[in-house]
Amino acid sequence: MDSQILIQNFLNALQWGSFYALIALGYTLVYGVLLLINFAHGDIFMVGAYLGFFFAIVLTGNSLIHLPLWIVFIMTVVLSMIATSFVGVTLERVAYRPLRRKGTNRLYVVITALMCGLILENGNLAVFGASRRSFPELIEKTIYSFGGITISNIKIMVIVTAFVAFIVLEMIIRKTRIGMAMRAISYDRVAVPLMGIPVDRIIVFTFVLGSSMAALAGVLFVTAYPVLEPYMGATIGWKAFIAAVVGGIGEIRGAFVGGFLLGFIEIFVAAFFPSTLRDLIAFSVLLVLLSVKPTGLFGFSRSTKI
Amino acid sequence: MLEIKNLYANYGAIEALHGVSLYVDQGEMVALLGANGAGKSTTLMSIMRLPPPEAPLIKQGSIFFNQVNLLNVPPHVVVAEHGIALVPEGRRIFGNLTVFENLTIATYARKDKNQIALDYDAVFDLFPRLNDRKKQRADTLSGGEQQMLAMGRAFMCGASFILLDEPSMGLAPFLMQELFKALKQLNENGVTIFVVEQNANIALKYAHRAYVMETGRIVLEGKSHELVNNPEIRKAYLGA
Ligand SMILES: Nc1ncnc2c1ncn2[C@@H]1O[C@H](COP(=O)(O)OP(=O)(O)OP(=O)(O)O)[C@@H](O)[C@H]1O
Ligand SMILES: [Mg+2]
Repeated sequence: MDSQILIQNFLNALQWGSFYALIALGYTLVYGVLLLINFAHGDIFMVGAYLGFFFAIVLTGNSLIHLPLWIVFIMTVVLSMIATSFVGVTLERVAYRPLRRKGTNRLYVVITALMCGLILENGNLAVFGASRRSFPELIEKTIYSFGGITISNIKIMVIVTAFVAFIVLEMIIRKTRIGMAMRAISYDRVAVPLMGIPVDRIIVFTFVLGSSMAALAGVLFVTAYPVLEPYMGATIGWKAFIAAVVGGIGEIRGAFVGGFLLGFIEIFVAAFFPSTLRDLIAFSVLLVLLSVKPTGLFGFSRSTKI
Repeated sequence: MLEIKNLYANYGAIEALHGVSLYVDQGEMVALLGANGAGKSTTLMSIMRLPPPEAPLIKQGSIFFNQVNLLNVPPHVVVAEHGIALVPEGRRIFGNLTVFENLTIATYARKDKNQIALDYDAVFDLFPRLNDRKKQRADTLSGGEQQMLAMGRAFMCGASFILLDEPSMGLAPFLMQELFKALKQLNENGVTIFVVEQNANIALKYAHRAYVMETGRIVLEGKSHELVNNPEIRKAYLGA
């Protein structure tokens, strides 16, 4: 492989890694705080993309407001993050919190999460039908090429956004009192209210962070690959979940690195092997990684895992 | 300040408190003594009602704090709005946070920035060792240091009333003295203190008053200097 192709693949891997990383962050945040694997999270990504689609159509499709498209894009991202957070928090309030209150075994909560995901998928199917939709072009694609390597403005935006989002999250978790509370809950949930902290509010905040990252990934994804369909969150969601586990679930650095690792493995496997083998080989590599280090790259063993 | 009246509490079918009454006045340092299983922790957990199974169910009785009934107040509100903090049995510091973060997290509900800054200084004055270990993960601290941190953390909640559950547990005698001196100091600075102890010697040395509990009932109460000279207490609790 010559260096041009190598760099080209490297950039593609960074872009796919960005999507996986942003989604994986949501899995790991919720797991870190609640020890719950929120299997509805992949579908939250899908919801984020659809809500983005909705806002983009509303903002471009009416004759009352004429906004420059880049402003429409930013508004779409922000509104979708907010609206998707509501969906994520609603799941927590309606499905997970009542079970937690009753002290239900976490296995049932995980199954509830899976069902919530299916409800979101099929609810979407019922509302919008099975037909695919295409996301309007809000950002005109520009392709830059340097000595045979090409990169689009959209790809650059995706990668930069993922890094910025990660740094912001890391700052929130490390530096703010609410971030400290999130980490404290993962260590000893019972002692947290003794600090004057309403645990439920911290949990809601965690779902807001996770869902808004998924929405961000969703809108960026359909900006890069402008096709929406109700099951779009399933495969990518599972993959991001695996990325979070490989990175060490509960550790946000782990989710970030795991996401990029998965992106790299996929892209480079596809560069050497027929594309039908891509996922087979990629997941085999991850399986080997996990059998060497079962707690994931950044993880440590906890007494309770599911 | 705190007034518990005729409290009955149970864990499922087990009744742990059978009509406990006690009070703590502002500015006092009061001890609650008793053997294993007497119901001391249950009494504290009735004030700070963590979700079951940690906290007992209250069947009957009342807990008033400054004329407010605490029976249906969730624990984070007891801390944030009523200014009561609990140093729980076994300390329960957050081992994955640093020492400084453990103190900071306790200020979650506070907005009085200037007072918070002064409070950090007060904690580090009281426990200089915590200052030296500020950036260290809290689970790397020794047992005594963890107890200091748990006390410092309770103070950082902005509490005017601190409850402690067996702070001397598992500590060397000189460390117990050091901790109780720190408690006394806090008390002299205006913090009301209610401390559960099995070690009657040390508790009676520092507290103004004490209650003695046996199988879910208060069996004795009095000023510390009176209890020290009480022959029953001497025999049962002071090893004389
Ligand atoms: N979570 C619980 N579930 C069931 N029973 C409990 C629970 N906690 C305490 N008990 C019971 O209630 C009674 C009083 O317990 P409590 O913990 O209040 O005693 P204590 O005086 O604090 O003892 P120690 O000095 O050992 O801490 C005991 O008989 C104990 O077995
Ligand atoms: Mg006890």
